[in-house]
Amino acid sequence: MATLTQAPPPVAPPVPEKRPPRRRGRWTPYLLLLPGLLWLFVFFALPVIYQASTSVQTGSLEEGYKVTWHFATYWDALSDYWPQFVRSVLYAASATVLCLLLGYPLAYLIAFRAGRWRNLIMILVIAPFFTSFLIRTLAWKTILADGGPVVDVLNTLHVLDVTAWLGWTAGDRVLATPLAVVCGLTYNFLPFMILPLYTSLERIDPRLHEAANDLYARPSTTFRRVTFPLSMPGVVSGTLLTFIPASGDYINSDLLGSTDTRMVGNVIQSQFLRILDYPTAAALSFILMAAILFIVTLYIRKSGTEDLV
Amino acid sequence: MEQCQPDRLSPAQEAAVRRSFRNGRAALSRRSLLRASAGGALTVGGLGALSGCGIPAAGNTQGGVSAEDHSKEEKSVSFSNWTEYMDVDESGREHPTLDAFTRRTGIKVKYTEDINDNTEFFGKIKPQMAAGQDTGRDIIVLTDWLAARLIRLGWVQKLDPSNLPNAFANLSPQFRSPDWDPGRAYSYPWQGIAAVIAYNKKALDGVEVKTLSDLLDNPKLKGRVGLLTEMRDTMGLTLLDMGKEPEKFTADDYDAGIARIQKAVDKGQIRRFTGNDYTSDISKGDFAACVAWAGDVVQLKADNPDIDFLIPDSGYMMSSDNLMIPNKARHKENAERLIDYYFEPQAAAELAAYINFVCPVDGVKDELAKIDDDAANNPLIIPDKAMQAKSRAFRSLSSKEETEFEEKFAKLTGA
Repeated sequence: MATLTQAPPPVAPPVPEKRPPRRRGRWTPYLLLLPGLLWLFVFFALPVIYQASTSVQTGSLEEGYKVTWHFATYWDALSDYWPQFVRSVLYAASATVLCLLLGYPLAYLIAFRAGRWRNLIMILVIAPFFTSFLIRTLAWKTILADGGPVVDVLNTLHVLDVTAWLGWTAGDRVLATPLAVVCGLTYNFLPFMILPLYTSLERIDPRLHEAANDLYARPSTTFRRVTFPLSMPGVVSGTLLTFIPASGDYINSDLLGSTDTRMVGNVIQSQFLRILDYPTAAALSFILMAAILFIVTLYIRKSGTEDLV
Repeated sequence: MEQCQPDRLSPAQEAAVRRSFRNGRAALSRRSLLRASAGGALTVGGLGALSGCGIPAAGNTQGGVSAEDHSKEEKSVSFSNWTEYMDVDESGREHPTLDAFTRRTGIKVKYTEDINDNTEFFGKIKPQMAAGQDTGRDIIVLTDWLAARLIRLGWVQKLDPSNLPNAFANLSPQFRSPDWDPGRAYSYPWQGIAAVIAYNKKALDGVEVKTLSDLLDNPKLKGRVGLLTEMRDTMGLTLLDMGKEPEKFTADDYDAGIARIQKAVDKGQIRRFTGNDYTSDISKGDFAACVAWAGDVVQLKADNPDIDFLIPDSGYMMSSDNLMIPNKARHKENAERLIDYYFEPQAAAELAAYINFVCPVDGVKDELAKIDDDAANNPLIIPDKAMQAKSRAFRSLSSKEETEFEEKFAKLTGA
């Protein structure tokens, strides 16, 4: 150990090299970015450009489609299908709010109270994702089946009378109603809410809670003044991750809904695959994108969170 | 991961669910939608700027319709079919009827299950077909409306009747002359698909159902009736119910049919328009009655004795999936021999015993009885005379009509 006490042999201080940094180094970041950029180009930029072009084409399958800058397609699509747009936003917003109400307490529990159960609960949140989206949605048809236990209980408690009066359900059933679609959306996107909420709650230093307590803040005040503001990035990214895919979803509406619950995703699907009206389908996609972009920008401005997560 | 399915789905339902995401009657797969856009984007093959691109006309065939036939020197044929549309042995890998064909003729069959969805498959072969190239397939199987489109576009080859003696002799009369291919010059049916009315006795609870009108009007069935998203089946049955002929209805008749269903939708009579996924609704009793495909009903009935079917007096809709030889196929003669083989009663019976669709071959009943007596006596597999007489077909539509009618129908279903 004596050797350690010896003064280290004098090492020449690194002489700053005179020659400029090697050429290769300058390009490294771009080279590393290349796969990602290529991916984005092929699977995002190209389809978007192609769809933008399709949306202003006219023609038919047999004669082919030509770009005629027919922007009226947008107007026609909007005037024909505005109810589905409104419904999409409404359902997606309801599902997002429900996800937040259900997800926040759970994320809070996992972050602060779960202790050694934390991993187990996280697995329980994620585990349903090991099955396919469709199977999970179909399972809801069994859960909510007419005459099934859930519907029976709701009927006995006259809950369905209230929801039917509100227009959320029809008659004495839950399936094939707006309520079922919103429930399906909420269920399917809940983990997208919980995970970002959890990451931002988990980062909060518990000593801040102690400090709030020391300053005589009630638990509710602590939550309002300390915890919630600090979790805002999680709330914002969670709501975005829920709202955006939910507003474009069509599986839930297709399987759990009925004719009066069709969302814009269903319209796009049927325009693309059944009616083969590609321009209208493309125009609808762009209107949806624009609408979501608008809503999201507004929301981020309003919530004032610049850095997400 | 997809194996982790809830075990409460019966095998029939599971098959139906799987099919509904694959075979496009439901047209409900994210995959197909993704492919429709991503695949479409790739076909542009370059940026091309906004105004530069367009979608070329589908209906041109440069080059000759037929290629040089290599059947003699290459003893093989490639057969593209739908998933779960062929008999398989215990191991699940071999196809006994195809093996028997190879043993007898020495022609190797390259059997591929690469048709999941009519629309999707059309998109897949479109670039090559439109450019007049070989797709590498000698036989394809497509539902009649798409078969009609392919014939209209001039993408499939005329069959040589001298190679098809069995097919000519044994084809059931009800399949002989569809208006899109009179006398079967270009196509032969692989299997028939009958659209009938199915009901759940328990859910009906004594309500009598005899016609489609009962489904659309009876207030006791409010919110418990299902119709199919397949326009031709639902509209065909409706037109029949209204006393119109689906073989030669007019645009006005069609509109009247739409109005008829719209009335039922507005009353809340119709619970849902479905693809293959109706099978779970009807077996759980969420649907009391619905329009259904015969092949499914055979399976559902086997699993759940409450399920039964009825054929309205006005008739039922029959469509078919059809074998065709695309342009430039390398092994036309081999393909024709394979088509002909499946019109021999024994091969047809073996196939019919395995897949429960309507068998388009005459004289199969006795052969099938040797394998499966129940199937032989099931009018949904081997239609009897009365059943054959009630079989009706939807007329072919021009491309303009198709778009217009599908759009009106889609509005009806809410999208």
